[in-house]
Amino acid sequence: MILERAIPRAATTEPLWVRRIVIGFGLVFVGLFVVVPLGTVVIAALSHGISAYGRAISDPQALRALKLTLLVAVIAVPFNVVFGVAAAWAIARFKFRGRALLITLIDLPLAVSPVIAGLVFVLLFGAHGVLGPWLSAHGVKVIFALPGIVLATTFVTFPFVARELIPLMEAQGHEEEEAALVLGASPWQMFTRVTLPKIKWGLLYGVVLCTARAMGEFGAVSVVSGNIRGRTSTLPLHVEILYNEYEYQAAFAVASLLVIIGIASLIARRVIARRRKEAT
Amino acid sequence: MTITVKGITKRFGTFTALNNVSLEVPSGELVALLGPSGSGKTSLLRILSGLEQPDQGTAFFDGTDLGEQSARQRNVGLVFQHYALFRHLDVFENVAFALRVRKRPDAEVRARVTELLQLVQLEGLGRRMPSQLSGGQRQRIALARALAARPRVLLLDEPFGALDAQVRAELRSWLRRLHDEIHLTTVFVTHDQDEAFEVADRVVVMNHGRVEQVGSPAEVFEHPANDFVMRFLGHVNVLDAQLSQGSARVGDVVLDVIHDATSPHRGRVYVRPHEVEIGRAHTVGAIAARVTRVTPLGGGLKIDLTAPALGSNLRADVDWERGSQLALRDGDEVFLSLRRARVFEQAA
Repeated sequence: MILERAIPRAATTEPLWVRRIVIGFGLVFVGLFVVVPLGTVVIAALSHGISAYGRAISDPQALRALKLTLLVAVIAVPFNVVFGVAAAWAIARFKFRGRALLITLIDLPLAVSPVIAGLVFVLLFGAHGVLGPWLSAHGVKVIFALPGIVLATTFVTFPFVARELIPLMEAQGHEEEEAALVLGASPWQMFTRVTLPKIKWGLLYGVVLCTARAMGEFGAVSVVSGNIRGRTSTLPLHVEILYNEYEYQAAFAVASLLVIIGIASLIARRVIARRRKEAT
Repeated sequence: MTITVKGITKRFGTFTALNNVSLEVPSGELVALLGPSGSGKTSLLRILSGLEQPDQGTAFFDGTDLGEQSARQRNVGLVFQHYALFRHLDVFENVAFALRVRKRPDAEVRARVTELLQLVQLEGLGRRMPSQLSGGQRQRIALARALAARPRVLLLDEPFGALDAQVRAELRSWLRRLHDEIHLTTVFVTHDQDEAFEVADRVVVMNHGRVEQVGSPAEVFEHPANDFVMRFLGHVNVLDAQLSQGSARVGDVVLDVIHDATSPHRGRVYVRPHEVEIGRAHTVGAIAARVTRVTPLGGGLKIDLTAPALGSNLRADVDWERGSQLALRDGDEVFLSLRRARVFEQAA
């Protein structure tokens, strides 16, 4: 066999032209589908100048939508943290009947369209739903109100923390927890002093994913909230309202807030991922 | 603290890890649980530490029933094979853990941790993280952590299993010296016969969830209770034989054995490699054999032989001096005599 090149090349390295094509394809794709649309949001948001942008995002209804979005996240995320930690604990530590079913069910919200998720809650709690009449007789309003939005958001976002923690806790094992118990720790001390620090970075990562999704959710919330302007509209719903009213510049201005939230969560994820690597 | 185990049985599904095990560990002794993997030694240790509950039977510390006590109430020191140090805490806080959860005052914690780090000869490493330590250092920290709350007994689960041979040998003799200093009742799990013999006052040989024999290292080695113990403790030549009262026929050779079988039956004869004597000259009753391989080993030579008269290959161990006298080479014809041949009642 004749060696064609003086410099040997690793078996896994591709020739230069292949690398260029693959990298180029990736860059073009990301440019077309990510950079251009995001750029459009920013340009459209600023199309009537900075002061118009300022007016659009300080509009009382936009601020109310922002507040509602934050409120929903503040309720839904802690709930999912508790649920996620408990589910991951159960799945990673114990072998029980229905374990495989639980793992599958945790993924359900990722498989089901959010619109369907919203409809399920309407069917359950709506005026003609299963529990709706009883609830409204007791003065509890779920659909077209905050509880419904929180329920739908919680449902859509509950896989994130659990899915982050299950493989982590399975990989870490539970010898440290056993050591803590034998050393005299109570179950609560074991959890706060050993388990929580062990899963800290994974948990934070899950919280960031969960929060970003909770604030950006449209479909499920749109169905249950009734989209009542200034009352039950979250940020994504408010964008839709403005857009439908041909207030393009205002719609993109509010949308830019969601873009900022998204970018902030990306940065947070990068930082956490790096810390996590250092910690292990 | 005397540990008493009475009739403990533990099953995992259909697997019986411990089958009606009873045992007594006298106060201040260092006892090794020795057996192959799956023999139940680790299960017994985990039951003593409170991490597992027995299906039947009970364990006692100085007569107190442990059935009523959870792991945290028992105050035992447990050392894991893979250290199980808290990865997010530094060395100091790892050792301090048992005192911190007991809410001891800071000054006491500092004094005790400093004392323990001296005991395990790692003073000055308090601010290191576990990931910055070598395996041997980690295991010494794990030991210091286990001792922090002055446990009633110390339990070690294959503590040196994950370390390389040299560190393991150092830590073994260090552990023995430590035990002679603090005289804490200690149960030590290992599958390594040398480790058990070097460290322990007494050895408990386990197999298939049962205790096969309990005794000092010399007792169990010199007087194995059954064929399992004989085979597990060091190498042994196993020869198929026809047994009858007082003798065993192996191939064409008849050996004298202590055996009281009334009717002749098939069985096995056990001969340790150091009980095989090799000579150059034929003597009365000697068995002709041929050397197939000579291997230098630690204290002498290991000699592989084939003996057509016995219908078997066997191994002989000779010391260096005898080895150089014989000057054996592969293919040499030699004559064997068996200084001691053993027979056990039940076959494996």
